[in-house]
Amino acid sequence: MALTDEEVKNLECRAQDIRATIITMLVAAGSGHTAGPLGMADIFAAFYFHILNHDPKNPEWEERDRLILSNGHITPVRYAAMAHVGYFPVEECLTLRKFGSRLQGHPERERLPGVETTSGPLGSGLSQAAGLAYAFRMDSRRERVYCFMSDGEQDAGNTWEGAMFAGKNKLHNLTAIIDRNNIQINGMTEDVMPLESLRAKYEAFNWHVLEINGHDIPAVVAAVEEAKSVYEKPTVIIAHTIPGKGVPEIEFDYHWHGKPPSKEEAARFLKGIRTCGGRVAGEYS
Amino acid sequence: MIRTDAHLDPELFGTEVERKPTRDGFGHGVVEAGKTDKNIVVLCADLKESTRAEWFEKEFPERYVEVGVAEQNLATLAAGFAAAGKIPFIASYACFSPGRNYEQIRTTIALNNRSVKVMGMHAGVSVGPDGATHQMLEDIALMRALPRMTVIVPADAEEARKAVVAAAQIPGPVYIRFSRAATPVFTTTKTPFSVGTALTLWESTKPEVALIAAGALVHEALLAARLLDAEGIGTVVMNLHTVKPLDEEALVRAAKHIGRVVTIEEHQAAGGVGSAVAECLARRFPVPMRFVAVHDRFGESGEPAELIAHFGLDAEAIVRAARELSEL
Repeated sequence: MALTDEEVKNLECRAQDIRATIITMLVAAGSGHTAGPLGMADIFAAFYFHILNHDPKNPEWEERDRLILSNGHITPVRYAAMAHVGYFPVEECLTLRKFGSRLQGHPERERLPGVETTSGPLGSGLSQAAGLAYAFRMDSRRERVYCFMSDGEQDAGNTWEGAMFAGKNKLHNLTAIIDRNNIQINGMTEDVMPLESLRAKYEAFNWHVLEINGHDIPAVVAAVEEAKSVYEKPTVIIAHTIPGKGVPEIEFDYHWHGKPPSKEEAARFLKGIRTCGGRVAGEYS
Repeated sequence: MIRTDAHLDPELFGTEVERKPTRDGFGHGVVEAGKTDKNIVVLCADLKESTRAEWFEKEFPERYVEVGVAEQNLATLAAGFAAAGKIPFIASYACFSPGRNYEQIRTTIALNNRSVKVMGMHAGVSVGPDGATHQMLEDIALMRALPRMTVIVPADAEEARKAVVAAAQIPGPVYIRFSRAATPVFTTTKTPFSVGTALTLWESTKPEVALIAAGALVHEALLAARLLDAEGIGTVVMNLHTVKPLDEEALVRAAKHIGRVVTIEEHQAAGGVGSAVAECLARRFPVPMRFVAVHDRFGESGEPAELIAHFGLDAEAIVRAARELSEL
């Protein structure tokens, strides 16, 4: 069912809340990744506040959908989304990367309920998601499995081993989302190791392929709905995103892949997020 | 003397003793475990005949998953199966699993704490003609360095069967090491087996040297014990099938009462069974040691027996090491 205008607006606001929390937590941490988490804020808002069948108060609920985050380095966006949807207090986000925190620099399943896999080393999420999906199908379980990946980790052989397995076994209960933001640590993906045509590659591996604007929340929701209706194949949604989205001065800049903002930068970024780029007056203006 | 409470096959020194590869124990054990627990699944990377995974496939085709030549996928898929409540046994050659997929085992199985059982076949130089690429000699070091990993090196096919059945009951990740060559099946269904408990198989009246072995070379250690006895050098032969968790009390007892230790393994001396024993004894009761192992070399093609002799892993080599120690 299509989203109402009000629902869309609400989800967009949630995404902005998530972005603000990402910036706040990265500044407090003093290290971490900025561009990827900001770029995925809309998709995480859509999933945690609309798409996922889950219960923040009961993270181990057996019938929950599974969201596997393969590129664990963007975990600030997952933590922020989880906090805003009620898994834990938003204030806890300030413990990111600190000694004793449940919010490890890269996510650890056993430390934070609701994190489905320990991840960070790239290329191993899709296979874990495929194993889950295969096992669920063996037992006629209806939970869906979602796997979020970066485009950079499409360089990894393990990713394609998982893609081949999922395609062979027609794992229709598995939906992958690739954050196609065109950057990785060493530069633009097409310079570091060309990926195109990603669509043709996944089609050749027997996947149903969709391409969307990853900041268009109704398009995200519609693509996931379409994936649920495809019974012969797994679906991959190539979500075109802007790294650093929401902070115009860092958008598209791969130098922001792996560093946090300074205090001054963060104040400026937050003001931009909270005032709609200066168009709205408020506490930050 | 053979300890009667070990219930070994009385034919163990004769030509009549049955010979089977320890990997057969995987085939039998996983079918046995699969009958009592429907959550057990077997994933295999295009080696189902030689790993004996196909014995499980024949019995439970719906619980057998073919992965193809993709060991990184083997490990990560298994982590996913385990996340859904399955108990996956992953079967390939030890060179490739845990050799090729070490990081995936580290992150998605050990750190992620998933109950995946890694079955490393064709370990050691006794793989034979295939040569060094396929003769894994570093797997024990890789696996025992991982937190949460249980590491078992069965001495024969029967013990391997028991180890596989036991692994299915252990809640966390487990590594079991198997070999390709047919070796004597000298333990019996009555031989005690408990993960983490070393078992004394031979005890001379006045032992001077403890022979602490793991894997098929335990039989070579027993042969050596008999030869040494004839020379007047008493020994104890201990089967240290579980390398992790280590039976420290048994090792310290042996060190205290006997005073000299030879470790025996078909693995690099660096990081293997001998290292594990030395780490324990250096801390708790240091005694002179010798390491019968592969010393910083790769294997090569040949027949299993000639390679075992060439690399100094046979009964003769064990006798030499024990003799040297007894003269100290």
